[in-house]
Amino acid sequence: MAAMTKALPRRLVGLASLRAVSTSSMDTLPKQVKIVEVGPRDGLQNEKNIVSTPVKIKLIDMLSEAGLSVIEATSFVSPKWVPQMADHAEVLKGIQKFPGITYPVLIPNLKGFEAAVAAGAKEVSIFGAASELFTKKNINCSIEESFQRFDAILKAAQSANISVRGYVSCVLGCPYEGKISPAKVAEVTKKFYSMGCYEISLGDTIGVGTPGIMKDMLSAVMQEVPPAALAVHCHDTYGQALANTLMALQMGVSVVDSSVAGLGGCPYAQGASGNLATEDLVYMLEGLGIHTGVNLQKLLEAGNFICQALNRKTSSKVAQATCKL
Amino acid sequence: MGNVPSAVKHCLSYQQLLREHLWIGDSVAGALDPAQISVLINLHCFQPYVSGFSVSLAGSVASIHWETSQLSGLPEFVKIVEVGPRDGLQNEKVIVPTDIKIEFINRLSQTGLSVIEVTSFVSSRWVPQMADHTEVMKGIHQYPGVRYPVLTPNLQGFHRAVAAGATEISVFGAASESFSKKNINCSIEESMGKFEEVVKSARHMNIPARGYVSCALGCPYEGIITPQKVTEVSKRLYSMGCYEISLGDTIGVGTPGSMKRMLESVMKEIPLGALAVHCHDTYGQALANILTALQMGINVVDSAVSGLGGCPYAKGASGNVATEDLIYMLNGLGLNTGVNLYKVMEAGDFICKAVNKTTNSKVAQASFNA
Repeated sequence: MAAMTKALPRRLVGLASLRAVSTSSMDTLPKQVKIVEVGPRDGLQNEKNIVSTPVKIKLIDMLSEAGLSVIEATSFVSPKWVPQMADHAEVLKGIQKFPGITYPVLIPNLKGFEAAVAAGAKEVSIFGAASELFTKKNINCSIEESFQRFDAILKAAQSANISVRGYVSCVLGCPYEGKISPAKVAEVTKKFYSMGCYEISLGDTIGVGTPGIMKDMLSAVMQEVPPAALAVHCHDTYGQALANTLMALQMGVSVVDSSVAGLGGCPYAQGASGNLATEDLVYMLEGLGIHTGVNLQKLLEAGNFICQALNRKTSSKVAQATCKL
Repeated sequence: MGNVPSAVKHCLSYQQLLREHLWIGDSVAGALDPAQISVLINLHCFQPYVSGFSVSLAGSVASIHWETSQLSGLPEFVKIVEVGPRDGLQNEKVIVPTDIKIEFINRLSQTGLSVIEVTSFVSSRWVPQMADHTEVMKGIHQYPGVRYPVLTPNLQGFHRAVAAGATEISVFGAASESFSKKNINCSIEESMGKFEEVVKSARHMNIPARGYVSCALGCPYEGIITPQKVTEVSKRLYSMGCYEISLGDTIGVGTPGSMKRMLESVMKEIPLGALAVHCHDTYGQALANILTALQMGINVVDSAVSGLGGCPYAKGASGNVATEDLIYMLNGLGLNTGVNLYKVMEAGDFICKAVNKTTNSKVAQASFNA
């Protein structure tokens, strides 16, 4: 079949003059990146096999020793919805709390917040979405109504001196609505920021995004929220996570979420992968000379440990390449 | 993802995803034809949407609003060089029968790919998988507009290739002395001498020659490889007459920074239009490295359907970047490739079944769900 040369309608941009910008963007990469490890929560939450409390605690302790500075430990949701997280209080109480490391926990509502604080949480995360349908299906209310719920949590957190991180799901696409406008993402992110979230993690929930779309979304969001308050949370369902993360770094984002061993499948596409593997992310950042504070060897050990406990193969390419068969 | 119960499985609008996320859409290759639509319906993931699906999809494909983001500075067209049948299969343990190889290549020829590396005229003692090189070369249907280069390590291989009907060849150099010695049993300088013979004969017969430089971002024996060395070897191959130089991250150790430094050096000596990148995904870095290369203006990328081919230097590790995942990224970036992602996925499915392995392509895994 002959190569197609039909021209497509596309937005005209001054390509030649902007080439210099794109190549020098590598020089403007952050000098250090904070990695938010979500394996014990986002990862395990989406794994079929239930893992025992001692195993979860050991995993988190191993991750602490690997040098990660933020490890999302668990989720104070009803065990009816997320059986894997039923032992949230025991996990939070059982882990070693290393100085200099924070252990945020997910909370869906005020009740969960109170339980988390009672169990010793010093930081919590709340989950919004840039999609109305996703919000309805996920927490059974509209985006506007969800803000009212979150506002109550944020006020309570402020009184208790507890930091709150906000997550925005579906920033590059929604499994129900499809396309999501960057303006909508910016609106939701801005709301979270103004309500008091110190950081907002922008999640490509179904991994459909590609670097250009990541750039468009971040351009819109950065007009409303300072880059330093932003993080990206890319899923690798279509293999795009690291390329999308690189684009985010080029745009000035310096906080990246990832999951050891790439734990957690995508609940929206059977057999598909989910989170970006922390090992693969660290490999790239180290190669770029960006400081992370993470000891890759210890991280690999943690990944190996949890994969054995889950009886599954790692989704990290770095781990696959370095392990001997 | 917050408190989404893992019980929530299939989303409700895959057809919207397909329409709007372009991974299936390739309006360059034309709207999906009825045959493709019916195959879509047969795929597991679309079963819930069978009724009315064909009508809605056909209609919507015709009206796709091509609203993608054109990242500034990127080339408008990217040529994909498909190396699955050669680089891919060469590193697969299971020996694939000749007729399967031929069927595989014929399927790839119908996807819109314009360059498909068919086989390698090396001694079957070294690469048993390629023992049937002559039969494959003679057996494939050579579609107009598609080129079918073959690897030729020396003059003998070159003559056999030409006798079998090859109209384009490739030679394989390395930027590492140790790799060169271990791989082809001679120094870089000696190998250049051999290649020069081949390339000169090829040019004499009006046969284009492509040059590969292995270990461009690292060597399994020497470790770090300097950009200067890569430039030196590339320049040799280019000046002896190779029309294009494919810079290979053979063991996949490169990261965007080392890719950038290497390309900056090579681009000082060789025109952009004559360069390609060949990234291995052994450490998951391939697409990030390719994005970097695109940002620097490179517009030829090698890949292998289904990510065929493991890495011979790290057992259990992956090898080539998967063509499907590459096309997904390029489509999303609004870059023209001429390739129909869906047809590539079908070819990938075919060869994976033949080789009895699961695909290494994430796009395929997400689409042909287990």
